[in-house]
Amino acid sequence: MTAQPQALAMPRTRSRWIPRVRAPRKLVIGLSVCAFFLLIAAIGPLLVHNAAAISADRLAPPSAAHPLGTTNTGQDVLSQLIVGARGSMTVGLLAGVLIIVLSATVGIAGAMTGGLADEALSLLSNIFLVLPGLPLVILITDYIRAQGALPIAVIIAITGWAGSSRVIRAQTLSLRRRDYIDAARVTGEPAWRIMLFEVLPNLAPILASQFVFAMIGGILTEAGLAFLGLSNINTVTWGSMLYFAQNAQALSLDAWWWFAPPGLCISLVGAALALVNFGLDELINPRLRAATPVKRKGARS
Amino acid sequence: MSDVVLSVEDLTVEYASANGPVRAVDGVSFELSRGEVLGIAGESGCGKSTLAHAITRLLRPPGTITGGTVHFQSDGQAVDVLGLDGEPLRLFRWQKIAMVFQSAMNALNPVLNVRRQLEDVLVDHEPGRSRAWRRARCRELLELVGIDVDRLSAYPHQLSGGMRQRVMIAMALALRPDVIVMDEPTTALDVVVQREILDEINRLREQFGFAVVLITHDLSLLLEISDRIAVMYGGRIVEYGPTGGMLDAPRHPYTVGLTASFPDLRGDRRPLAGIPGSPPDLSQPIEGCSFAPRCGHAFAPCAATAPALRAPATTPSADERMTVACHLYDPAEAPDGPPDALGKSLFNLTEVPQ
Amino acid sequence: MTTLQVRDLVKNFTVRSAGGRTTLTAVDKVSFTLRSGETVALVGESGSGKSTIARILARLTSPSAGEIALDGQPLGTSRRALRGYRSEVQMVFQDPFSSLNPLHSVRYHLRRPLQVHGVAGDRASQEKGVAELLSRVHLGPAETIAARYPHELSGGQRQRIAIARALAPRPRVLLADEPVSMLDVSIRLEILNLIDELKRADDLAVLYITHDLATARYFASTIMVMYKGEIVESGPADDVILRPAHPYTRLLASAAPDPRNRLRRNAAAASVPAVRVSPAGRQDAGSHSGCRFRARCALATDACARRPPDFHAAPDHLVRCWNHAEHDSHATKERI
Repeated sequence: MTAQPQALAMPRTRSRWIPRVRAPRKLVIGLSVCAFFLLIAAIGPLLVHNAAAISADRLAPPSAAHPLGTTNTGQDVLSQLIVGARGSMTVGLLAGVLIIVLSATVGIAGAMTGGLADEALSLLSNIFLVLPGLPLVILITDYIRAQGALPIAVIIAITGWAGSSRVIRAQTLSLRRRDYIDAARVTGEPAWRIMLFEVLPNLAPILASQFVFAMIGGILTEAGLAFLGLSNINTVTWGSMLYFAQNAQALSLDAWWWFAPPGLCISLVGAALALVNFGLDELINPRLRAATPVKRKGARS
Repeated sequence: MSDVVLSVEDLTVEYASANGPVRAVDGVSFELSRGEVLGIAGESGCGKSTLAHAITRLLRPPGTITGGTVHFQSDGQAVDVLGLDGEPLRLFRWQKIAMVFQSAMNALNPVLNVRRQLEDVLVDHEPGRSRAWRRARCRELLELVGIDVDRLSAYPHQLSGGMRQRVMIAMALALRPDVIVMDEPTTALDVVVQREILDEINRLREQFGFAVVLITHDLSLLLEISDRIAVMYGGRIVEYGPTGGMLDAPRHPYTVGLTASFPDLRGDRRPLAGIPGSPPDLSQPIEGCSFAPRCGHAFAPCAATAPALRAPATTPSADERMTVACHLYDPAEAPDGPPDALGKSLFNLTEVPQ
Repeated sequence: MTTLQVRDLVKNFTVRSAGGRTTLTAVDKVSFTLRSGETVALVGESGSGKSTIARILARLTSPSAGEIALDGQPLGTSRRALRGYRSEVQMVFQDPFSSLNPLHSVRYHLRRPLQVHGVAGDRASQEKGVAELLSRVHLGPAETIAARYPHELSGGQRQRIAIARALAPRPRVLLADEPVSMLDVSIRLEILNLIDELKRADDLAVLYITHDLATARYFASTIMVMYKGEIVESGPADDVILRPAHPYTRLLASAAPDPRNRLRRNAAAASVPAVRVSPAGRQDAGSHSGCRFRARCALATDACARRPPDFHAAPDHLVRCWNHAEHDSHATKERI
């Protein structure tokens, strides 16, 4: 009989959770682009002297002095773009954080408690889900009239948390039924420890991906609000650049250097964040990774 | 003498992986005669499911067939299964060879009811027929497998596991194929339902004369119902031959270990032991016999060369067709023959059960 | 000697379907006793209620009715009582993959029960405790295995870890819910032998839940057969297997694959099924009046319209079937 300790005949397989695996390309690209913009947002404005300085060069196309041209008041587009990066990314990040905190709290609480409390929280999130987002945002911004990135982020969070909450609740419910949760209970672990050390770590992937979604939503909503002129117009964001460009009829005046760069930046950041999400998915679910097929002559499946 | 309907020669299947190609099936050869039941036994990772998918051309990337041939005898002609493509392949699949998958819940479309799924098969392969003909055929098929015809409008989730599996069998039979490949068809089912389904398959086999390749880890099941058995380990066949021969004298140490892993329900109590260790990691190159690390009878040549499948020099029964891949049966390597512990029947076959 | 006594255990579930609400009785007045040093097998098909019983005994869910007593003491509901119960009664789950948290190392899995139940207080004694547990389940070397994560281990190794975790609080009762049905065949016996060895070493009372009659016979001294929430037969293992009294047990025994059946076929003897095997329909909630097995039983009579009580086929061999009424000289009190 096997009285000796069973020797490890199995060689160590590649870890799936801890990223000792080569990160998927999508993730690397996405994170790089995001990191780039975050860097710009963090230190860019320190290098720009005065984005609001007006000059006599009105609506000038790109040149040596103004690499991305000027606006109709002679402001340097590139400087505005850099400062706008900080504005947009800040709102995006804040909105992301607020949404994830709100939706995770409601979603997890509902899933873990069950019963009447769960029904009530579900009802709450369903109501918010059904409320028309944009009109609500417009109404509230109009009403509040506060200054700065935080109020806008809060408003975006309040109107946009419900979707994530449902997803998190569903995932928590599925996790809750896993045997290891039951095993933790049988071991005698108290409920709070199970929540914190068994459930939450396994929710990390979905929380991460929902955070990225929320950030995309935050940036886009802010851009939308600013474009409609509802945002705080003292802060420069990419959205506000579009607003002013639209007002000055930059499109019909062929002043592409004014509206194309901010639009492009919004798209790039959005796409990069989406890539991060896809990459995270691939990292977590190895089945999604596209494997390179064995290339042999006449090989078929 | 029964004639051969499917012959597989030296089939090799590889999967691409991060560590390089993994050989899931390594030089497998066998023959299937008309109306015969061939059992393929083995545990997880031995390659039996990959083998099943390869012969029915259902392999998905990153798996590719990298060697060997598969020939099907159809209307007196040998068809090269691996050479088929496009339309001929589509016609070949299901008309000549059909497959019953392990988990019916995964294989049946959850949003289509039973009638639609059966009709789909008929529409695809018998396009000229009328709807009335298809309806009649669907009813016929369900009756064949013992399901009430009013289940035609049911959805898969409304059926029990046993019924879903019967629906899968009905689908496989729809076009009266010559060969049905069954990949663990009853593993997820209760032993009573399993017995019913296997009896059903036997009855249908006697009625229609198709051959069955039955893949399962339950060796005792195969010992009961199959005509020939191939035991797979590490992507290779390690023992192959008529079931009678294997019952009389299991030869390969793995086969012996496997038969000993099933406690006898009614027999005398005997000391029980499994096989220590675990199945090999096929992504690592294996020197010599893949079973050697777990084999209690391993000796010098086992770590050096992989044994080939050959008929043992000393065959207790007069059956020449038993083959074993083990150095212990190679007179050149083991002149004294295999140890006494091998080659003994574990069942007292003279007593007929009550 | 430890005893875990279960009396008239009932568990009902409300099932919401399209037609409205129905009550599904998963466990229907089940009674048995687990004793130190003995393995009791609970055999049944999926849906028979055996896993529900395990969950109730592990206190993952509470019974709708009935009593459970550990060493004669009924179960307390206070947190301390629950903690005390858990240090005596532990469970091994069916799926070795999902019963370990993929994000925690083996060391964490084994350290926690030692901490929770105060078996080892400081870091050093915990490390020793972990190493000891690993050697009891024959896994080594300890430092290497303790640092591994579940996905780096094979199914058999994971199940050994699960057993080690269950042993950490030094329990006296072990509930094994289908501990090997998800493992490879050649590994099953090793794990069952391990549980057997541990039972003898620690004088555990083991409840072995399975659908496999063969292993139940080998590892258990007593077998209880469950059908649709009821125990329809119980008695010494060899008796129940070799001389099955209840029609359902006979059905199970005859349905199991047996290479000897080959001879029967070759001898061209027509196989007469012991019971009528009917094409199974959808699982219904079961007839509440009368014997639950009636619809599938070839030996059913009119008497079966009433629920049968337990009769004796032999002094310690109980069977819940009217067909044994005449043979029974000391019938138990009839229960409806």
